[in-house]
Amino acid sequence: MEMVSEWFRELYETTGINLTIVYDAYDRQRFLSGLGMTVYLSVVCIFISLVIGAVGAWAQGSPLRIVRALVNGFVIIFRNTPPLVQIFFFYFGLGQILPRIEGADGMRVPLLSNVQWAIVSLSLFAGAFNVEIFRSGLEAVPRTTTEAAEALGYTRLGVYRHVLLPLALRICLPALNNNLVNLLKTTTLAYAIAVPETLYVSKQIWTDSQNVPVMMIVLLIVYTALVGMLVFIMHRWEKMLAIPGFGQAGAK
Amino acid sequence: MSKSSLSAPLVVAPPAATAAGPDSVLPVLLPYRLRPTAPLRWPRLGLISWVGIAGLALFIGGVAHAQSGADRLSAIAVIWKWSPLLLSGFAFNILISVLSMSLGTVAGLALGLAQLGENALLRKAAWGATQFFRNAPWLVLLFFAMFMIPFQFRIFGTTIPFPDWVKAVIGFALPVMANVSEIVRGAVASLPSGQWEAAESLAFSRRQTMWRIILPQCIKRMLPPWMNLYSLVTMATVQASIVGVTEMLTLTAQVHAAEGGRPDLLAPLYGFAMLCFFLYCYPIERFTLYLERRFQLHQ
Repeated sequence: MEMVSEWFRELYETTGINLTIVYDAYDRQRFLSGLGMTVYLSVVCIFISLVIGAVGAWAQGSPLRIVRALVNGFVIIFRNTPPLVQIFFFYFGLGQILPRIEGADGMRVPLLSNVQWAIVSLSLFAGAFNVEIFRSGLEAVPRTTTEAAEALGYTRLGVYRHVLLPLALRICLPALNNNLVNLLKTTTLAYAIAVPETLYVSKQIWTDSQNVPVMMIVLLIVYTALVGMLVFIMHRWEKMLAIPGFGQAGAK
Repeated sequence: MSKSSLSAPLVVAPPAATAAGPDSVLPVLLPYRLRPTAPLRWPRLGLISWVGIAGLALFIGGVAHAQSGADRLSAIAVIWKWSPLLLSGFAFNILISVLSMSLGTVAGLALGLAQLGENALLRKAAWGATQFFRNAPWLVLLFFAMFMIPFQFRIFGTTIPFPDWVKAVIGFALPVMANVSEIVRGAVASLPSGQWEAAESLAFSRRQTMWRIILPQCIKRMLPPWMNLYSLVTMATVQASIVGVTEMLTLTAQVHAAEGGRPDLLAPLYGFAMLCFFLYCYPIERFTLYLERRFQLHQ
């Protein structure tokens, strides 16, 4: 470890490539925590947005007009407004209005922290897209499948949970893949409300060490790697779920 | 655009092969028919969706109103008072989006054609660049442009200034370029290979095939995703406020400060910004959906 640090220190002295995140313990710790925050945000938001998508797509088929109207309104609004404005709206707008609660040390703190607001708004943003994606998947499942399940005595929820959703998921995985990659990239917007994710800590590091170009390259590589990992996991999942003769993945 | 005007040249029976003049239609196009679609009803937002939108707006407005005192300006009055300034900021957002979209489209077209080219090295390089810029977050690319491009260039003694907003335009053009490149590649790949073979049999050179046969057919396939991308760029322009460009979101924060920083004003002010973008982007989305259905082909 010491040798690696020495080598990078020497690299800086000889070439001017200043990778403080490798040889400086403090910067390294900062950068890793930022990376951890990005991964944490992505994983939590992916999970919540998938739940929103599945529940929303189910609600879109509800017999109640008002439920359908609310879901449609939600999807239309969140798809057609900038995610950054959504984050500001939630964090500054609603965050200020909500009541404050007493924190652990007796101070009055906001009900939700900036990280929690970031999770809420990013999940809602990605969830709105997921609703549409799941709906397109549900539409692609043959109507006869539903009828067969109904004939077997499944309830409406039962048909959805045990028959429709598993099949729809397999159909819409490629589109879902795109949206989740987009969500991972959108987590950088949490920078604007001071969530210490990768971009935020990188900015701190390059302000301290004046190594903007190097950190820029590091950032781009880090995000490319993160996206690559997500795509890899999604492809594995796609293969795992594949049913021979059904959906795009089944053909392989 | 009526249905017949677009589909007519595709379904007209070709003249005899010997009489094929410059205006005749290639027979290979015949199996493709445009699916008849309902005329564009605009805006196709049913009553039921308006109930949802109005419900959300009322909820937000109600929460905001409950907090404001009686002696101060109401949220609506504040927005009305400052709307000329805020809307000029919004116009600037539109300007940035149009400029970066134009720049990105031209660059993306070149990159996409390089991806389809015959030179293996160039093809690989273009593919790499496309993947790299497509997978990087927009905000990171914006920072990239902001910090890596100098604020002025000196060419032959004349100084060309590069203000922040021009750098932002370049920053947004980078991901646009990569996405347009993929759109071009995808559209060309979606054409049946018979088109290439037929062109070859008619002794078209590769360049002629590309420009006169392949690309003209691709335009209608590229249009819907391209418009989708434009809508995304428009929504991304607010990110310029993070790197210090004065646009609508910056002005919104300034207006809030000018009104004494009342916390109850924040939700309506940001809600107004959302409304502006919604009114601009929603028709684009509807029209994109319409075009997608319009250009759907069935074999």
